[in-house]
Amino acid sequence: MAGEMMTGNLAAAWGARLADVDYIPAFPITPQTEIVEALAKWCESGAMAARFVTMDSEHSMMTAAGAAEVTGARVFTATSSQGLLYAFEVLYSVSGWRAPLVLVNVSRALAAPITLEPDHNDVLAARDSGFLQIHAETCQEVLDSILMAYRIAEDERVMLPAIVNLDGFYLSFTREPVIMPDPERVKLFLPPFHPAHLGFTASAPHALGVAVLGGVPYTYFRHQMHLAAMNALEVHREAAAAFERLFGRRYDVIEGYRLDDAEDVLVMTNAFASKGKAAVDAARAQGRRVGLLRLRVIRPWPADAIRQALQGRRAVAILDQNLAPGQGGILFQEIAACLYHEALRPRALCSFIGGLGGKNLSEGEFRAIFEQTAQAGVQGKGIGPVLLYTEAEHREMVQLQVLAGALKS
Amino acid sequence: MPWQRETFKKIKQIPREEHVLPGTTLCAGCGGLEALRLAAKVLGDDVVYVNAAGCFTMLATYPFTPFKGSWLYTTMGSAPAGAQGVRDALDVLIAKGRLPKNENLKVVVLGGDGSTYDMALSSTSGAICRGLDFYYFCYDNEGYGNTGMQLSSATPYGARTTTSPCSLQHPTGTMQEKKDIFEIWRAHKPPYIATVSPRYPLDLEEKFARAATFAGPKLFLALSACPTGWLYDPSETPEVAKLAVETGLWPLKVAINGGVTHTYIPKRKPVEEYLKLQGRFRHLFEPTKQEAAIHHIQERVDAYWEQATAEKS
Repeated sequence: MAGEMMTGNLAAAWGARLADVDYIPAFPITPQTEIVEALAKWCESGAMAARFVTMDSEHSMMTAAGAAEVTGARVFTATSSQGLLYAFEVLYSVSGWRAPLVLVNVSRALAAPITLEPDHNDVLAARDSGFLQIHAETCQEVLDSILMAYRIAEDERVMLPAIVNLDGFYLSFTREPVIMPDPERVKLFLPPFHPAHLGFTASAPHALGVAVLGGVPYTYFRHQMHLAAMNALEVHREAAAAFERLFGRRYDVIEGYRLDDAEDVLVMTNAFASKGKAAVDAARAQGRRVGLLRLRVIRPWPADAIRQALQGRRAVAILDQNLAPGQGGILFQEIAACLYHEALRPRALCSFIGGLGGKNLSEGEFRAIFEQTAQAGVQGKGIGPVLLYTEAEHREMVQLQVLAGALKS
Repeated sequence: MPWQRETFKKIKQIPREEHVLPGTTLCAGCGGLEALRLAAKVLGDDVVYVNAAGCFTMLATYPFTPFKGSWLYTTMGSAPAGAQGVRDALDVLIAKGRLPKNENLKVVVLGGDGSTYDMALSSTSGAICRGLDFYYFCYDNEGYGNTGMQLSSATPYGARTTTSPCSLQHPTGTMQEKKDIFEIWRAHKPPYIATVSPRYPLDLEEKFARAATFAGPKLFLALSACPTGWLYDPSETPEVAKLAVETGLWPLKVAINGGVTHTYIPKRKPVEEYLKLQGRFRHLFEPTKQEAAIHHIQERVDAYWEQATAEKS
C-alpha cells in the first residue's frame, strides 16, 4: 500500500507542519505527548519555521494559543482529556475572540476513576464551546482534517477555532499508511494566514474580549458565533471539493458505509467506527441489510445531511462512546432531535453506550446491537440506553472486587 | 546600591499627555487607576494591555476603552500566558517580515491582587521562568475588590473583608498575614521588580522609566488604596496612600537583578494613623481597642525595617 507508516499522533504533527503554522504553545499529556514531541524536534531542527513554547498548564497553553492567533499568527496546539478540561474556560474565550486556531484533541476518558484509554466525554464536553469539531477515523484522515480545519476556520465567513479529534491509543499509537500531501499543493489549498480584522499593531490598536453591559450586546455577539458556525457547513463543502481536486481524497461532514439499501443503520464516530464497519460486513454476510453512518463533523451539527442519510430507515442505533450520567448517550439526543420533524423518520431509535474508557466492542456485541435494533424496528419502539457490558467482563470485575475486599481485610 | 532618580527629579518633568483617558466606570478615588494613569505616561500608547479578570476589566466596556493602545481581556488565571502569546506572535511576525518593526508593541499584563497573588500565580511563575519580555502591573487593593471585597491572600492581618468578618471567634477579622509576592517573584530571579504608590509619582515614573532598559520580566506592585473596599471617603485616597508608605507598611523598593534597594526610607509614623482612617480596621479601635492586634501589626513593620536596614549596612 502507498504511503508511509505512521501513528495518528505523528500524522497530526505532520498536519501542523504542512499547514506551516507560526506558533505552537504546548503542554504534555498522555496520549497526546508524541505530537508536541515531534513538533518540538522539527522546530528545533529548522524543519518548521514555527516558535515552540512549553507552557505551565493547558489553561496557559490555550490562552497563549488564542492570544497569538488574534495577534495574527497561525497557531496549532494539542491536548487530551484532563488537559482539555483544564483549558475549558479558555476554549470559550478563544472562540469568543474569533481566533481560528486548530487544536488536536486525542480523546481519553475522564477521571475519576483516572484512566488512559479513550472515550468521547472529553471532546463532547466542548461541544458548546464555539469550536468546530471534526472527528477522524484514520491516521490519514487526521492529517487531512487538520489541513481542512485551518481552511474552514480561517475563512472570513467562519473565523472560529476548530478541534480535530482522534482516539487515544486506538489511533494515536496505531501505525497506518499515510499518503503525504505535496507541500506545494497544500499551499494552494491553504493560502498564508493574513487575517483582515485581527492583530495588535502600533498603527491599528484594537480592543478584544471587552466587557459588555447587559444581554443585548452579549446576545448579538453570541448569535454571530452561531451564524458563523452554521456557515462552516457550506465552507466545509467547498473545502471538501477543493481537497478532493488537489489530493484525490474526499471527506464530507458525514460518511455513509453500505447505506444504499440498508434497512437499519448504526451511527458511530471516530476510530471505533472501523470496528463498526467490519461488523456491518459480517452482518451483511449473514443476510442483514445494515449500514453505518459515521459522524465526522459534530460542530456545526450537520442536521440536513444526517436527516437525508437516515430518513426512511426502519431503525437506527446510535452507539455513543460517552455517557451523560442521568441522561444516556450525548449523540443519541442530538440525532433524535434532528429527526423529530422528518416525515420519513425511522420507526425506532435505539441508544447504545459502549467503548467507555477504551473498553473493547466485540463482534458479539455488534451482533446483539443489530439484532435488537432490527427487532425495535419491527416493533416500532426504540430501546435504550443499553450499556454494552458482557457477562465475561462482569466476571472479570467481580474478581477485582473480591481481590479488593480480600486486601482490605 | 543607593537609588537616585535620574529622569524624574521634579514634578514638572512628568509628561502632561494622558494615555488613560477619563470617564471610565471605575470607582471614584480608585488608587489603582491613578497608578496606571501615571505608569502609562512612561509606557505610552504603543502597548497592548493583557487584562486579567478584576476591577480593571471594567475599563474596556463595549464600545468604549480609555486607551489609545490595544487591549485583550483574557481570564483571571492566565493573563501572563496571554502576554506570552501576544509577545511571541509579534516576535514571529516581525522575524518573518509580516509585520514592520515600527508596529511593535510593549506587552503589559494588568492584574489585581486576587489574580496576582492567588489564581494566576502558576501562569506568572511560568512567564517569569521563561524570561518573557513583558511588564506586569499588579494593582493591589488587598482583596477581591470587583466582587465587593472578599479575603485574598493579599489581605493584611487585622483587615475586615466580607469573607473574613470580625466576630467573637476572630476579633481581628483577617487572621492570616499578607503573602509576600515580592519575594516570591524575586525567587524567580527576574531582572526587575518594583513596588510603587501613585502618591509618590516621581518614584513611580522613575521606576517605569528605568525598567525599560531591561529585557525580560518587569514586575510592578502598586498599592491601590480602595475607598469602596477599605471603607473611607474617596477624597481621602491620597492621604491613605501616603500613610501606607509613611508608616512603613508599604515599602517602596526595587529589586534589580535580585538586589533589593529601598527607594524611600520613611520616618515611620505609627501604624495606627494609617489603620484608623479606614473602616476595614475600625473593629481594631471600637468598641474596645484591640491593643494586641495593633501592636502585632506595628511589630511586624518594625521587624521588616530593622532587617531591611541591617541588610543595607
